[in-house]
Amino acid sequence: MTNSIAEIENNDALFVIGSNTTECHPIVALRMKKAARKGAKLIIADPRRIPLVKFATLWLRHRPGTDVALMNSIMHVILAEGLEDKNFIDSRTEGFEEFRKAIAQFTPEYGEKITGVPAADIVKAARTYAGAKNAGIYYTMGITQHSMGTNNVWSVANMALLTGNLGKESAGVNPLRGQNNVQGASDMACAPAVLPGYQKVADEAVRKKFEAVWGGALPAEPGLTATEMTDAIIGGRIKGLYIMGENPVISDPHMAHTLKALKKLDFLVVQDIFMTETAELADVVLPASSFAEKDGTFTNTERRVQRVRKAVDSPGDAKDDLSIIRAVAARAGYDLGPASAADVFREISALWPAMAGMTYRRLDSGGLQWPCPTDDHPGTPYLFKDVFPRGKGAFSPIPYIESKELPDEAYPFVLTTGRILFQYHTGTMTRRSDALEAVAPEPFIEISREDARRLGIADAGMLSVSSRRGSLQVKAMVTDRVAPGVVFMPFHYHEAAANVLTNDALDPVCKIPEAKVCAVRIEKTAEVAAGV
Amino acid sequence: MINLTIDGKTISVSDGATVLEAARAAGIEIPTLCHDPRLKPYGGCRLCIVEIAGVPRPVTSCTTPATDGMTVTTSSERLFNLRRTVVELLLSDHPNDCMVCERAGDCSLQELAYFYGLRENRFWGERRRYPKQDMNPVIKRDMEKCVLCGKCVRVCDEVQGVGAIDLAYRGFGAKVCPPFEKDLDCEFCGQCVSICPTGALSGRMWAGKGRQKDVKETETVCPYCGCGCVLTLHTAGNRVIRVSSKVDTPNEGWLCPKGRFGYEFINRPDRLTTPLVRREKGGALEPASWDEALDLVAARLGAIKDAHGPDALGGLASARCTNEENYAFQKFFRAGIGTNNVDHCARY
Repeated sequence: MTNSIAEIENNDALFVIGSNTTECHPIVALRMKKAARKGAKLIIADPRRIPLVKFATLWLRHRPGTDVALMNSIMHVILAEGLEDKNFIDSRTEGFEEFRKAIAQFTPEYGEKITGVPAADIVKAARTYAGAKNAGIYYTMGITQHSMGTNNVWSVANMALLTGNLGKESAGVNPLRGQNNVQGASDMACAPAVLPGYQKVADEAVRKKFEAVWGGALPAEPGLTATEMTDAIIGGRIKGLYIMGENPVISDPHMAHTLKALKKLDFLVVQDIFMTETAELADVVLPASSFAEKDGTFTNTERRVQRVRKAVDSPGDAKDDLSIIRAVAARAGYDLGPASAADVFREISALWPAMAGMTYRRLDSGGLQWPCPTDDHPGTPYLFKDVFPRGKGAFSPIPYIESKELPDEAYPFVLTTGRILFQYHTGTMTRRSDALEAVAPEPFIEISREDARRLGIADAGMLSVSSRRGSLQVKAMVTDRVAPGVVFMPFHYHEAAANVLTNDALDPVCKIPEAKVCAVRIEKTAEVAAGV
Repeated sequence: MINLTIDGKTISVSDGATVLEAARAAGIEIPTLCHDPRLKPYGGCRLCIVEIAGVPRPVTSCTTPATDGMTVTTSSERLFNLRRTVVELLLSDHPNDCMVCERAGDCSLQELAYFYGLRENRFWGERRRYPKQDMNPVIKRDMEKCVLCGKCVRVCDEVQGVGAIDLAYRGFGAKVCPPFEKDLDCEFCGQCVSICPTGALSGRMWAGKGRQKDVKETETVCPYCGCGCVLTLHTAGNRVIRVSSKVDTPNEGWLCPKGRFGYEFINRPDRLTTPLVRREKGGALEPASWDEALDLVAARLGAIKDAHGPDALGGLASARCTNEENYAFQKFFRAGIGTNNVDHCARY
């Protein structure tokens, strides 16, 4: 997030796109509701009638995968009506003319044709967003998990640049991170092209700095992303894989493909707290610690680094992940250095200027938001106040590109996937919590009343759902949450794992898979009448 | 700014502040039951009454705006007796079974009874009786302990935006319930549980697991989504028995169902407790010592690296693990093994 969670309640307008915030980021959603209660205009762009729609000024139900067309046509209106922030564009951005040309064709009528959102609503959204003093954009995987996910994010940036909604309090671009420490794992460079703090591996000076602390020469060539590794395993390039605390069998699109890859490995190590679907395939399983059993830090979606503290001991012989990694490294002949989380943190803060001012002692009296470069720096609630890291903010001309797999005669429905309030990710933790499991014990597929009536589908009736990649059986939930032609499944449940069906087509830039749009066929299963 | 005098102290507060806020800002304690700074002023419990010079009767400080030149008295014999009577009235319609109550030691009503030394009660008489059975999978209700402060109703509406419950009926029959006493449309966030001043609402799962004695509290961060809510883990021995959150956290003490009620996995018997190795291809995973498992990992990773180079290995780190663990993991892959094939699930 460029802003802080607390700033949300002072937004004058919020544009929430591809984020089912109340279910996936419930506490961020509380601030959004508070903003709406204080009079902020809440615009929601989502193919589903998500719970937040209840609080919205305007709901744009666009077709899945048409985010760029929607945002481009909103920006077309902003320019046509002269609602852009000319001062901001002149002083802090570049590439505006190219961008202006690229959106010339996106009239609201053209936008309506692609997205299904009435042209009048597109105009309303443009006036509301551009007319607000401080407007924030909030998005999640709903716009990123597409084969053109990077384009979607660039469009979000365009909207903020066009209206000067960046670099100030309560106005910015705010991706809501879906996992407790996905921000931190990225910051810590569990990513193939960077070293900690987003310092490029390809940069020799950067490598030298790290080599001086870590010892030994560092590889200069960027590695493979997780999504690329799957193909590299199948292609024979990668032969050994070490997975710490992940369950790709359930979480990754196109399960058959993931299984094929993991089974082909010469050697698979899985380090986890439960026997996950992925751990079952491992050659070695290392028992690790839950968050309650260790010290360290997590970094949340607003870049706030906070202390994690040990409350209980791990069961049996399970060890904390840091000790395990150190032990593996030691046996492989490499000394990983500091043993305690506090000492590792000291090494990190010495290597990344944005965390240089952080210590466990400071974090003990509340978290700090990076950048926090010095011991007396209070942390940074919002980014890009006077300047962007690259100097000027760059507009990007973004064309509309369709999803890789669109519905056709054989597979007439669009399947989109996501989370529900009571379960989390692959369910490894939530499904072992009785209270949550009691509320949301089983998978379902949301289907519109119109489609259900047409196909004779009853609520809670069993359906067979198939895509080009696999098929499964799951109970119908007949609802007005989804539009006709669109169905939705949560991906938490191994019994009917949505990722059996999803498409693993990748975004060409960031290699994110297209988990949010694929084509499926739906049939009623023959119900066993006798003996039930 | 507004200047007023409370108990002889001159206090400056910003426009719009209530007398209660002004007093608390100056460190003057006024008892309350229905007040929460995160909710709108309510004026229900009448415990926060104060005397204001020139006003004939005591007023509720939580709903009275501070005004310039106001002179306030927060404690006097009259106020003490009035407040004591309010508590006495509440206790006259309360089970008073603190010995077995989940909230004993952490209960506003119990504290007030203690403070006012209420052993006898002038108002003993009929008590509200409600059935104990309750189908809610998460929240345990004991309606006889409800003091009708309305905090649960207000948090559900004002903060959560759900409005699953409200106050229904009048007088002695008044109670908190869902519309028409059925069809509870609840998100099970438990904000109501966290804000209830008595034992009327509690978590079903922490009932009977331990109250204050030998219960340790540890501040940490939620393991679920990226909101980064600060949790307080309540532990008894080596078990997490309850999760709560304090008001002075970035999440203001609010949690979601996962954060508040999704902790049972920690103590689950099917946790992995020993290393497992597959001693032959196609065989079963069998328990092993750490020595055997670690040697095997090091040997096999080393063999692949020797035969095919470091880029034949890959590592997937975890968005669930700490910064320190993730840092160490990628450091091992880069500096130890010699490959940049390291990533995590940011794309899933």
